[in-house]
Amino acid sequence: MTQPSTIQVDIVSAEGEVFSGAATMVFAPASQGDIGVAPRHAPLLSMLKPGEVRIQTPDGQEQFFFVGGGAIEVQPHHVTVLADTALRAKDIDEAAALAAKQRAEEALKDRSGLITQAEALAELARAAAQLKVIARLRKIRS
Amino acid sequence: MPGTKEIRAKITSVKNTQKITRAMQMVATSKMRRAQERLRAARPYAEKMRAVIGNLTAANPDYRSPYLQRRTSVKSVGIIMISTDRGLAGALNANVFKQTLLLIREWQGQGAAVKLCLVGAKGMAFFRRLDTPIVASVSHLGDRPHVKDLIGTVKVMLDAYRDGNIDRLFLVNAEFVNTMTQRPIVTQILPLDPTQDGEPREHWDYIYEPEAAQILDALLIRYVESQVYRAAVENVAAEMAARMVAMKAATDNAGKLVEEMQLIYNKARQAAITKELAEIVGGASAV
Repeated sequence: MTQPSTIQVDIVSAEGEVFSGAATMVFAPASQGDIGVAPRHAPLLSMLKPGEVRIQTPDGQEQFFFVGGGAIEVQPHHVTVLADTALRAKDIDEAAALAAKQRAEEALKDRSGLITQAEALAELARAAAQLKVIARLRKIRS
Repeated sequence: MPGTKEIRAKITSVKNTQKITRAMQMVATSKMRRAQERLRAARPYAEKMRAVIGNLTAANPDYRSPYLQRRTSVKSVGIIMISTDRGLAGALNANVFKQTLLLIREWQGQGAAVKLCLVGAKGMAFFRRLDTPIVASVSHLGDRPHVKDLIGTVKVMLDAYRDGNIDRLFLVNAEFVNTMTQRPIVTQILPLDPTQDGEPREHWDYIYEPEAAQILDALLIRYVESQVYRAAVENVAAEMAARMVAMKAATDNAGKLVEEMQLIYNKARQAAITKELAEIVGGASAV
C-alpha cells in the first residue's frame, strides 16, 4: 500500500496559531453546510459558521478544534482556516460598536469633572502639603 | 543626637520605595516577555490573511471593495490611537500623544476634519480636554488585550469609512523596537493596499460560498481588526519595556539617595559622639 496522500492544514486565529500539520481529511462547518476536504480538492473559499473543525491525521487519529466562525481557504495541497476568536453576529458587533460610542460620549459628558481619580488624589496631596506649611508658618509667627 | 533619628526614618522610607520600584521592574520584565510572545503568535494570522486577500483581489479585479478604494479628495480622516491604562511608563504615552497631535494638525492644515478613536485610559484622559471629536473609546483591556474587546471600537471607524464619513484611517501606537527603545509609529490602515508584495500570481479562481464580494469584505474587516489587535499587543510590550526602564532608573536613584543619606547619618552620629566625649573630658578636667 502506498502512503496516503495528505494535505497541509493551518488553523490560525488573530491571537495565535492553533494547529499546523498534515491531514488526510478535513471537515469544517462552512456557511452553507458542512464540507469535507480531501487532498487535491478544488480551490474553495468559504465563510465558516461557529462549530467544529475535524482533522484526520495521517496516523489515523482525529483532532477536533472549535472555531467561533471565520473563513476557510482551500488550495489543492493546502487548507488555511482563519478562525475568529470571538463569536460574531451582525447584532453582536452592532451592540459592541454602540457601546464603544457610548463610552466615548460618557467620558466627554462630564467635562466639569475633568480630573480622574489619580489626578484628584495628587491634587489632594498637594493641598494637604500646603495646609501643613501654612500651619507651621502660623506656629512660628505666634 | 538631633537629626539622626529623622535621617534614619527617611532612609527606611526610601528603602521601602526602592523595594516597590524593584518589584515593579521585575513584574514589567516578565509581562514584557509574555507580550512579545503574543506579538509573535499574532503574526501567522496576519500573513495568511494578507495572502488570501491578495489571491482574492487578484482573482476578482472587477469587484472594488469600499475598503480598498483610494479616494482622491480627503475631507475627513480617522485616527485610532492606542495608549496605556496606567502611568509610570516614562515618556511612552507623551510621545504617542505628541505624534497624534502632529498628525491631527497636519490633516487639519489640509482642511480635513479629524475624528479620534481612543484605546486606553491615558489617551482618553488627555484628549478629552481638547476639542477634537472622539467618536469611540475603549479602555482597561489589561495586559492581555483580546480581539473581542476591540471589535466594537474598530467597527465604529470601519462603518464611518464605508459610509464616507472618513476617507482615511490611521493607527498610532508605540512601536516596540527593543527593550530600550520605543517610539510612536503611524500606520495607514484604510484604504488597504492588497498588492503590497508584487510577486506575480498564477491566475486561478476559487469556488465561493457565498459570494466573492461578501467574503472579501468580511475578510477585510477581520484584517483591519487583527492590525488593531496587533498594535494593542505591541503597545503592551512597549509599555512594559518603558516601565521596566523607568523603574530601573527609579531603583538606582533610590540606591544613590540611600548612600548619600547614610553618609550624612554617619557624620551626624560621629559628630554627636565627639561632642559627648568632649563634654566628658571637659567635665573630668573641671573636677
